[in-house]
Amino acid sequence: MRFVDEFRDAEKARMLSARIAALCEPGRRYKFMEVCGGHTHTIYKHGLEDYLPETVSLVHGPGCPVCVIPMGRVDDAIAIAEQPDVIMTTFGDMMRVPGGRGSFFDSNAAGADIRMVYSPLDSLKVARQNPDKRVVFMAIGMETTAPSTAMTVLRAAAEGLDNFSIFCNHVTIIPAIKAILDSPDMRLDGFIGPGHVSTVVGCRPYEYVSRDYGKPLVCAGFEPLDILQSVYQLMLQVHEGRCEVENQYSRVVPWNGNAKALRVISEVMELRPYFEWRGLGFISQSALQVREKYAVHDAERIFSVPGVRVADPKACQCGEVLKGVLRPWECKVFGTACTPETPIGTCMVSSEGACAAYYNFGRFTRERVKEATRS
Amino acid sequence: MCLGIPGEIVELMAGRDDFAMVSVAGVKRAVNIGLLEDEELKAGDWILIHVGFALSKIDEEEAAGAIRMLEGMGQAYTDELIALAQSDLSS
Repeated sequence: MRFVDEFRDAEKARMLSARIAALCEPGRRYKFMEVCGGHTHTIYKHGLEDYLPETVSLVHGPGCPVCVIPMGRVDDAIAIAEQPDVIMTTFGDMMRVPGGRGSFFDSNAAGADIRMVYSPLDSLKVARQNPDKRVVFMAIGMETTAPSTAMTVLRAAAEGLDNFSIFCNHVTIIPAIKAILDSPDMRLDGFIGPGHVSTVVGCRPYEYVSRDYGKPLVCAGFEPLDILQSVYQLMLQVHEGRCEVENQYSRVVPWNGNAKALRVISEVMELRPYFEWRGLGFISQSALQVREKYAVHDAERIFSVPGVRVADPKACQCGEVLKGVLRPWECKVFGTACTPETPIGTCMVSSEGACAAYYNFGRFTRERVKEATRS
Repeated sequence: MCLGIPGEIVELMAGRDDFAMVSVAGVKRAVNIGLLEDEELKAGDWILIHVGFALSKIDEEEAAGAIRMLEGMGQAYTDELIALAQSDLSS
């Protein structure tokens, strides 16, 4: 328990750890999925699994938007970037994500004008400053970033900035959780629900998880204590035979979400019939596209997009990692052929990807714990 | 991209309902507050910022906890702050 010193409240952490242990029934194993990449990061950074009994394990879910983008969409984006007079703008996280024909970095080096931005509003500014160019924003993210993209499209429409468009790759988390619940190779006892996504969607959309699937879900904050507290709440529900949606992160997440954010998303975007997720395959109504009304700002309508489908490299097991079937270090290429510097799979690219988080933090914590238990 | 960064509102911008000057890690930035129109924001309030937009209002204690947490993240937080510093959203 030496790392408990890093916690804000060491005593509380010890207490939660003991309470969780006390709820374990003999001979039973418990498996909970943390959906959000931010939670994965905290779990590895602080070695939280070491505070849980051996019979309680956490598996990582598909809640990292960079990780779930399929290679074909990266290739499509690069195809747009390579068209004449195009400036592609993107969050820094996307630059190293490999497509079938290389990454944004590679395409940039080969001559395409690809610029990193912090916000879609920066992209809008690029469009204003370059009226003779076609400026495309590579829109990615779950419900956390979709409202910002939608607000930016509304602003572009209000200003009549017709040279600004988005290549919309926004995905929605609810259908992905459903796909995992329907997956035959996954047996879970409950979910640590997303934090920031839930500030937008609230807690109500998760109610089907308890109602239809009989699993508890607790929306959690990002500090180590938040996650331990959420595991405790999940264990308590299992112990008492309950399955409910609970909000551990109520200091930030309103039960009903952010009404304005939901309104602007639905003004600008609508559900796609289906979308491919890396590792999970095609999931119906799991992503957003630009509504007809804003067609002038929709890169998919403006440019010819190849719509290629690229199979993941054979060596890469991101799919299994994203479904929680494999732990990062169980992947064949983890830490050898695939590292944050030369990623093969998306999970190694984003700092919130399970593999990168484990590569940067988790393995050292494990080593330290092994040493500590040896001496 | 997914990091929520706390900032303290320094002042609401006159004539720009949808923007506020916000102090983030000691640097003043313009941040879009259009998604929080249901909240009554004022100088001294803390907000959680995602890609240039305030997504939720938080209290000071939550902000302090989140900042401690982010500082512990190292490079990912540094990168986000550099990206934020290079961005100018006010115009």
